Amino acid sequence: MLLPSGAWFFALLVAPLVILLVFSFGERAPQGGYAPAFTFDNYARLPTRSTAFVNTLGLATAGTLLCLLVAYPLAYYLATRAGAKRTILLVFIILPFWTSFLIRTYAWLTILGATGIPALLEAVGFGEVVLLNTPFAVLLGIVYNYLPLMVFPLYVTLERLDKRLIEASKDLGAGRLETFRQVTLPLTAPGVLSGVILVFIPIMGEYLIPALLGGGKVFLVGNALVDMFLQSRNWPFGSAAAIGLILLVLVAVAAYLWVGSRGRVERQVSLL
Amino acid sequence: MDRLLRGHSAFLFLFLYVPIALVVLFSFNAGERAGELRGLSTRWYGTALSNVFVVRALQNSVIVAFSTAIIATVLGTVAALALQRARRVVRTAFDVLTYTAIIIPGIVIGIATLIFFVNLWGWLNPWLAYLWGVLAVPGEPLEMGQGLHTIVAAHVVFTMAIVIVLVRARLAGMDRTLVEASADLYATPWRTLRQVTLPQLSPAILAGALLSFTFSFDDYIIASFVSGPGQSTLPMLIFSSIRRGIRPEINAIATLILVVTLSSLFIVSLIYRRQAARTAAARRAAAVA
Repeated sequence: MLLPSGAWFFALLVAPLVILLVFSFGERAPQGGYAPAFTFDNYARLPTRSTAFVNTLGLATAGTLLCLLVAYPLAYYLATRAGAKRTILLVFIILPFWTSFLIRTYAWLTILGATGIPALLEAVGFGEVVLLNTPFAVLLGIVYNYLPLMVFPLYVTLERLDKRLIEASKDLGAGRLETFRQVTLPLTAPGVLSGVILVFIPIMGEYLIPALLGGGKVFLVGNALVDMFLQSRNWPFGSAAAIGLILLVLVAVAAYLWVGSRGRVERQVSLL
Repeated sequence: MDRLLRGHSAFLFLFLYVPIALVVLFSFNAGERAGELRGLSTRWYGTALSNVFVVRALQNSVIVAFSTAIIATVLGTVAALALQRARRVVRTAFDVLTYTAIIIPGIVIGIATLIFFVNLWGWLNPWLAYLWGVLAVPGEPLEMGQGLHTIVAAHVVFTMAIVIVLVRARLAGMDRTLVEASADLYATPWRTLRQVTLPQLSPAILAGALLSFTFSFDDYIIASFVSGPGQSTLPMLIFSSIRRGIRPEINAIATLILVVTLSSLFIVSLIYRRQAARTAAARRAAAVA
């Protein structure tokens, strides 16, 4: 019963990753592709191409934080609505997430392009404004696409929150900020953690958003990988970079598991 | 405070929907340029649907997405059911595989699968040529390469993992007593599976199938790596069109995709609602009896 799926995983997940690992120790064949070898050169060369990695980490962190800041109040509002309205609103927030990722990113191309917002700003007298092919555009695209993904775990934790605890805190004299800091935030920490990891990891592997909204100017690991495999055909080096990305992701997951296991473990919102 | 939250939420709703609305609006643009709206017309739908490349890409996408959804749902559900009774070692191994498949970025899956297939064909094709010679089969020997099948193979890895996670979660929360009751009433394991377990799992299975279809239909990066020459999926076509300059056709195609995705969501939610109503009615009948 387990054989078909097990075989599929083995042939198309384990084997390819193993081959990827083997390739990362190889050399670039003269006509492109892989030549059998065993060298650590590719890994040694990775730091020289670290711009992509640094960009990615920076943008992923910024994007995740922005998503969190924007999504938390939204999730709070949703969780404090009454019954049916809550579900309807939630459905409408998640709905864009079901539509095509590519289309949602493409939509911003027109808005940020020469005939979109910049044209409006020019009409008001702002002079030449370039919004497309900037880190701003990529960040905007990231927040736009990943917001529903961040809202969902936040909503789940906030909805389960016992509102009476907040009342009790206020009864004991704590102000609004105090209550939020000492009651709401700690109790919704699992949801925050889930949302953060749910958003951070995919952003690290993003290709479409920097490709479409960043032009060639915003270079993330995803773009670097595509370039190495389809353009310069340096498969060994690309494999090493891909392994590097996998390691980064694993570190992020390890950090998530470690942070999640500290402190109280009773109520875990596990969405992975 | 509440007013602030309400304003923030309202702004975000606009933020989420205005870009999509603009795409839909501009798909009916009668004008030539993508940026300027000049009256309404459906001409771009006509252009898009009569474009042979668009139609073929759409066909490819639908074929790949359907195949992926079916294979992933069947294999994933079977695996989830089998994992209930598996040994601890096997279950941990599958956990690792499943979460690896979900966590690894799509681009890495695309790259690794490409390398795998290139190596596979490099090894397999000479053997096929040899076989052809040995068996004296007339005509050219079969030569395997990249194609729609390789896209499906790569998509199934991720989608099957999702199905396994969803179905296992549902299994964990399922009412065991019903299964025991069914066995007590002399039902064979197969019958129990068919009449008790699977209906209870159907929301998870349905959700898994829908997610698999949507993911596969919408995927660009994996498809672009493992597809065969001349066999584009719709996202690949859209992406290269965007790269060459925004054409109003894209708005029409995009709106069509939106309609397809939303209607499939709607259909599935209807099926789910009917299933839930039927289960509730059955439960009420059982409670009365």
